[in-house]
Amino acid sequence: MNPNEEHHTLVALVEDRPGVLTRIASMFRRRGFNIASLAVGKSEQPGLSRMTFVVTGDEDTVSQVTKQLDKLIEVIRVSNISSEEMVARELALVKVRATADSRAEIIQIVNLFRAGIVDVGAQSMVIEVTGEEDKISALHDLLEPFGIIEMLRTGVVAMVRGQSNGRVNDDVGSAAELTQLKTIGEKR
Amino acid sequence: MEITGAEIVCESLLKEGVDVMFGLPGGAVLPLYGVLSGYPGIRHVLVRHEQAAIMAADGYARATGRVGVCTATSGPGATNLVTGIAGAMMDSIPVVIITGQVPRAAIGRDAFQETDVTGITLPITKHSYLVMQAEDIAPAIKEAFHIARTGRPGPVLVDIPKDVLLDERAEFVWPDQVNLPGYSPPGEAAPDQIARAAELINQAQRPVIFAGHGVLISHAYEELAQLAEKAQIPVAPTLLGIGSFPTDHYLNMGMSGMHGWAHSSLAIDEADLLISLGMRFDDRITGRIKDFAPNAKIVHVDVDPSEIDKNVRATAPVVGNVKQVLRQLLPLVESNVHMDWLRRVDALRSEHPPMLIRQTDGLLPQFVLRSLTEATQGRAIIVTGVGQHQMWAAQFCAFAEPNTLITSGGLGSMGYEVPGALGAKMGRPDKTVWSIAGDGGFQMTMCDLATAVENNIDVKFAIFNNGSLGMVHQWQDLFYDKDYFATVYSGNPDFVKLAEAYGIPGVRVTAKDQVAGAIQQAMETPGPAVIDFIVTPEENVYPMIPAGESVNEMMEEPIPESIE
Repeated sequence: MNPNEEHHTLVALVEDRPGVLTRIASMFRRRGFNIASLAVGKSEQPGLSRMTFVVTGDEDTVSQVTKQLDKLIEVIRVSNISSEEMVARELALVKVRATADSRAEIIQIVNLFRAGIVDVGAQSMVIEVTGEEDKISALHDLLEPFGIIEMLRTGVVAMVRGQSNGRVNDDVGSAAELTQLKTIGEKR
Repeated sequence: MEITGAEIVCESLLKEGVDVMFGLPGGAVLPLYGVLSGYPGIRHVLVRHEQAAIMAADGYARATGRVGVCTATSGPGATNLVTGIAGAMMDSIPVVIITGQVPRAAIGRDAFQETDVTGITLPITKHSYLVMQAEDIAPAIKEAFHIARTGRPGPVLVDIPKDVLLDERAEFVWPDQVNLPGYSPPGEAAPDQIARAAELINQAQRPVIFAGHGVLISHAYEELAQLAEKAQIPVAPTLLGIGSFPTDHYLNMGMSGMHGWAHSSLAIDEADLLISLGMRFDDRITGRIKDFAPNAKIVHVDVDPSEIDKNVRATAPVVGNVKQVLRQLLPLVESNVHMDWLRRVDALRSEHPPMLIRQTDGLLPQFVLRSLTEATQGRAIIVTGVGQHQMWAAQFCAFAEPNTLITSGGLGSMGYEVPGALGAKMGRPDKTVWSIAGDGGFQMTMCDLATAVENNIDVKFAIFNNGSLGMVHQWQDLFYDKDYFATVYSGNPDFVKLAEAYGIPGVRVTAKDQVAGAIQQAMETPGPAVIDFIVTPEENVYPMIPAGESVNEMMEEPIPESIE
């Protein structure tokens, strides 16, 4: 990786319509941008979804990504929150090989990480963990010697701390805009 | 009263002021054709191939500045539009495309003539809709026209399943306004951006204005002339910006770049400021980026923020509509004479004189184009194909008015010259329209001569017949060891007989002394006409900056001993 290439966290508010994800994915592919992770889900407003992208690239690339995303008609706004104080979390499910001999040790590690055991089988356990990417990677590394059968990570979701609603370098969404957004939500 | 989806389409088109659309019917779009005859306000021009429908809509849009409209059926009808849609996207042309789709219940089942056209065209449309209910048609069409024509224009596709057109009924409710919270094209620029741009312009010793397509799109020709004249700044139009500034204006250096005039490219190389108006620093303009305009700061004005810093880094980015930006900027720009700089540009022009045509026995394409300009006094609409004849037209034709050079710039689609010209003439019946064709491109779309005949579309076709794919041939000559593989057309048809087969008067011109007469004759003949100019083969376009190189590697022709 180029030393100037870093992870950047972008948050986008988008209309929840068929094809929006395809449009976004197509734009990334066509312009040769890399997505390290992408998480999508409903936002606080009906009819609108919020997406969190982790993008790799230098400052110029990420600036282009932001502008190209914003150009898509169904993308309402995009913020690069990388330099903000933020809460970033990811959820992972890890299915690890667990025998009678190793089970106690695994439980100890799980407790240390404040993770949870959500399924226990004769030969395996499923562990659920939430946290920053580093924490999940650290847990993964500790569990690896036992034998990881399957792992699933959701990708990071991120939010700026404090009053802001995700608009950086900008006022908090105006009342008029919020009303307009609510109208769309109700229509769809 | 509830009406069918197809009727809602027509009512919506009327609301948008559409008076002409280009298309070709087929099964899925047939319900629309079933009601079109009831809407005499919308003239339907039947084409021979869907590519002509989209390219004619594109030509109409370029000539008029209005939204062009075309229609096609599902599957092959829609896929035949793809090249034209991509061209409209690259050149920011407002076009609305209406396609029929297989019935809703058949979607996803690989039905006959089913294709995912919104999927296929996703990266080559500004936006697209798959309308699944009749009541959604009117809002979708209103949004499509709004998106197509505002901000940075572009093609918008509306795909409608057959049963939504035919079986579904709904009230026709034309929305008062569009509801697009994620779409708000910029107008005026931020005052601090304007101030910074004005400061750079006022400090510059050797400024050049790059006049791009954005000047034409935003109708900023007068403001451009005011800026150039107030501060005495030479202007280099881009290929798509030609016509935004009169060719014969003393500050117009002509196009720069790969096949631009040498003095224009050299002036940009020496410039200390580029004032770039609505252009996107295409590789044909910049060549090797790191050697492009090495001494210049850049004021980059564009309505599309994603163009800023995409190819070159702007010293002063200005996001806004070019016309509005120039109106904001003009009061802050100080009058200047730039005497030394204009003298330097004049010296460059004297050392590298443009517009020279060497005397030969054979018929040079440049000679024909100059004769054409003399005959039309630079007031005709010139629609070109792509290749050598396109570059010579950009070099040797004069353009006195905006939107008179119509050419496939970004995508470079051969074959544009025939349907593009038909669309341009439909949009501007008051203008003489010349289709400047290569023998290669003409054969890609000449089936639509029939469309010209059927609708009596008065386009004059000038074929520059060198019996080869001239520009590719030129690259083989210069960069591929003269290995002329697959570029010579040894089996061309007799274009005069071909014209006659369509009932169009045709004439062949082989010598210089026949040129003016043939052009005059064609212009005096009502209706379409074809001239087959047999031009000297093996003629290359110069100057040439090879792809990926810089102005330092520019190839020029020696100044001829005797000129025409």
